[in-house]
Amino acid sequence: MPAKTITVNLKVWRQPAKDQPGRMVDYVAKDISTDMSFLEMLDVVNEDLIRKGEDAIAFDSDCREGICGACGCVINGIPHGPDAGATTCQLHMRRFTDGQTITVEPWRAKSFPVLKDLTVDRSAFDRIIASGGYISAGIGGAQDANSILIPRSIAEEAMDSAACIGCGACVAACKNAAAHLFTGAKITHLALLPQGAPERALRVVRMVGQMEAEGFGACSNEGECEAVCPKLIPISNIAKLVREYTRAWWRGTT
Amino acid sequence: MTLDGKIPGGPISEKWERRKFENKLVNPANRRKYEIIIVGTGLAGSSAAAALGEQGYRVKLFCILDSPRRAHSISAQGGINAAKNYRNDGDSIYRLFYDTVKGGDYRAREANVYRLAQLSVDIIDQCVATGVPFAREYGGLLDNRSFGGAQLSRTFYARGQTGQQLLLGAYQSMLRQVDAGNVTLFPRREMLDLVVVDGQARGIVTRNLITGDLERHEGQAVLLCTGGYGPVYYLSTNAINSNVTAAWRAHKRGALFANPCFTQIHPTCIPVSGDHQSKLTLMSESLRNDGRVWVPRKKEDTRPPEQIPEEERDYYLERRYPSFGNLVPRDVASRAAKERADEGFGVGETGLSVYLDFKEAIDRLGVETIRARYDNLFEMYKHITAEDPYKVPMRIYPAIHYTMGGLWVDYNLQSTIPGLFVLGEANFSDHGANRLGASALMQGLADGYFIASYTVANYLAGASLSKVSTDHGAFKEAAATAQARIDQVLRVKGTRTVRQFHRDLGHIMWDYVGMARTESGLNAAIQKIRALRDDFWKDVAVSGEQSNLNPMLDYAGRVADYMEFAELLALDALHRNESCGGHFREEYQTPDGEARRDDDHYSYVGAWEFTGVGTQPVLHKEALEFQEVRPSQRSYK
Ligand SMILES: Cc1cc2nc3c(=O)[nH]c(=O)nc-3n(C[C@H](O)[C@H](O)[C@H](O)COP(=O)(O)OP(=O)(O)OC[C@H]3O[C@@H](n4cnc5c(N)ncnc54)[C@H](O)[C@@H]3O)c2cc1C
Ligand code: FES
Repeated sequence: MPAKTITVNLKVWRQPAKDQPGRMVDYVAKDISTDMSFLEMLDVVNEDLIRKGEDAIAFDSDCREGICGACGCVINGIPHGPDAGATTCQLHMRRFTDGQTITVEPWRAKSFPVLKDLTVDRSAFDRIIASGGYISAGIGGAQDANSILIPRSIAEEAMDSAACIGCGACVAACKNAAAHLFTGAKITHLALLPQGAPERALRVVRMVGQMEAEGFGACSNEGECEAVCPKLIPISNIAKLVREYTRAWWRGTT
Repeated sequence: MTLDGKIPGGPISEKWERRKFENKLVNPANRRKYEIIIVGTGLAGSSAAAALGEQGYRVKLFCILDSPRRAHSISAQGGINAAKNYRNDGDSIYRLFYDTVKGGDYRAREANVYRLAQLSVDIIDQCVATGVPFAREYGGLLDNRSFGGAQLSRTFYARGQTGQQLLLGAYQSMLRQVDAGNVTLFPRREMLDLVVVDGQARGIVTRNLITGDLERHEGQAVLLCTGGYGPVYYLSTNAINSNVTAAWRAHKRGALFANPCFTQIHPTCIPVSGDHQSKLTLMSESLRNDGRVWVPRKKEDTRPPEQIPEEERDYYLERRYPSFGNLVPRDVASRAAKERADEGFGVGETGLSVYLDFKEAIDRLGVETIRARYDNLFEMYKHITAEDPYKVPMRIYPAIHYTMGGLWVDYNLQSTIPGLFVLGEANFSDHGANRLGASALMQGLADGYFIASYTVANYLAGASLSKVSTDHGAFKEAAATAQARIDQVLRVKGTRTVRQFHRDLGHIMWDYVGMARTESGLNAAIQKIRALRDDFWKDVAVSGEQSNLNPMLDYAGRVADYMEFAELLALDALHRNESCGGHFREEYQTPDGEARRDDDHYSYVGAWEFTGVGTQPVLHKEALEFQEVRPSQRSYK
């Protein structure tokens, strides 16, 4: 499909630093090739700002191919924008029309404080994983990889959950700013595998405890998280989290 | 300086065992007295932190992004090799070793490669034990596939997200040590300098990327796990934040830089669409298992691919390399694509691409099989190009992908600065002049999980380490140097953005120091790099301030280092009067256009010593001895 050139009107959240007030600022992005990614469009806007001596819009990105989970803004009210199953860096300007107005905001959640402009602090996610979101296998001395058989369907199911990129869109989409989809995906991944079984109960209890301690909200089953997940991780992972938690409770782990 | 690779004696298969036994140990009760600094959280850094933390050392782990889980390793797609021979198809440790030495065009150290092949087996076991959901067969056993340059199936994979799953496994093991209080994480920190006290690496200076503050960190050993330098070409498949700064600053402090001209160009990337482009996306090479590469037989044929009949297509890899066909190693496939494009047979708007066609595979195996194998790659391609590879052939072109060169290390992964260890892509060690597919992930985890913990312990047990605080003069000097560079960048207030300079540098590198290099081109490149560097310091525009989150300022520092490093890369390419692996000098080729090595004169590791910016560095040579694999002309015909 041959590229076209469009102009879009941006309304971008600018906030100089953490704990400082922010506001929406208007920019016109001219001569934008429809082949550009959304972040490349922001690069172009930033080039102009820098040439004018103004502070560039701060946003995170690294892989720019939808796998590292670094990027993410709320575009026209939707985390990662209008394309289902795609991150902000995978969104292309061909999805927009000439003259369209686009609002660009950071993830908004109490547990993800804004650091500057579109950049937020998602270290709470690391702390959730550090609270048991692992298998306690020491380095060295593992048995042969084929000594425990894992049915293909189970491996595939575990992989579906393990595909989470930790971007935080699920939290940004949730009106309660809950982290159940993120946490549930890791719990599901590890609970499905025989290697993860011995620590199942303690893991879910600790991870859920940390999730609450970080200030993430309660899940009210609306499914907004699933709708914006760039890896299409379904809310059945949340159901699994709840089942795992109940199972741990029955066993007296809580 | 004589470069001692510290290769253990004895038969190749016993060297690592022998070294492990020779190594001194640190008493478990004493380990907590040592602080170890690890920079970078890719496979190498995360796995090293997990291993050393578990041993009981106090590890400080520095991460450039907000979370260690996002490091560049996350984007590896295709898979990881291991000599498990689960397929009974003739694999063995020796064969993986042999293939890697040969694939590297006989410019790697045999002993290192052998150890890598040995450890490959343990890596898979370790990963499965930590919950990596590798692909499985219906019977529940692990699945394997064959991967670029290999004639057998030894590659383990997790869909098209192998790097992600391996990194998350290492990340989780590392966070387990955070949980245990052995590893402390420092996110959003960039290492800006290495601190050397009495000739030993004793700390680093970092910039806190949120507050802008420079911070000093002391330790008894420093492990650089900061990845490769591909983005010196501007466009590459590497992540936006991958950079050479840590390695380059260590080089300026005395660590030798080895074989910088050994860069790898990956044959299957999505072609460039315009100047706005910020990165190139790799289409995993596993696609070459089922995809067939072709161009039209007629020059500048503008017909859509489906209208070009079979007999008017040139499946040039199958034609030139009948025994390996579409699976020839990366350097060979890349050059063959460039050759066709240069001759006017390229396709697409720019003529700078070739087809990778799945029609035959879809007809033979059914669309569902192809979907199961490659769906996420096909989707990725569709997202970017708006074309559907289930219906039209993909268009691909080579792009910079991996850098074999890096800081020189001995067999213990220690650089020429005692106490400075270099792991993963950041070192030069295992891949010679060309890396085989699915072997970088293997190296990162071998270095981090299984090698560093032994060799770092040996260093700590044997070194005399005085007490050093961050008030030491060397820390002050390093912090002042880092600060001066930041001030200098902010002072210029010029008119051209960092990205413009980076793009210009990339053009020079790609045009003159890319897939095919010549003496005159390299000389021209060096002049152009110097001129551009001068312009940079006169005219770069950086807005914002230091005392705040300012990605543009971070970027400026990295590009400033590339401007210096690029010259070394070109110089190394100029000095190496031979073609080998990813380094192709047009003057040195066989009559049918294949790389011609010169073992009599260049069978060595070229390790450069820094003498100043813009002044001739000093070359040190580590001779390569081949006792197991006899160097021969690589042939994939
Ligand atoms: C698209 C793609 C696909 C690939 N696919 C495969 C594959 O299928 N199989 C395979 O074997 N290999 C593959 N590779 C290669 C492989 O992914 C890398 O070589 C490997 O992951 C490197 O790991 P590492 O730990 O050495 O470095 P990295 O993962 O690069 O980690 C280094 C980290 O250090 C950070 N850093 C850099 N400088 C500093 C600093 N000054 N301060 C702090 N942090 C810093 C970097 O930003 C980065 O996050 C692929 C590479 C790419 C680009
Ligand atoms: S930048 Fe990595 S997912 Fe978008």
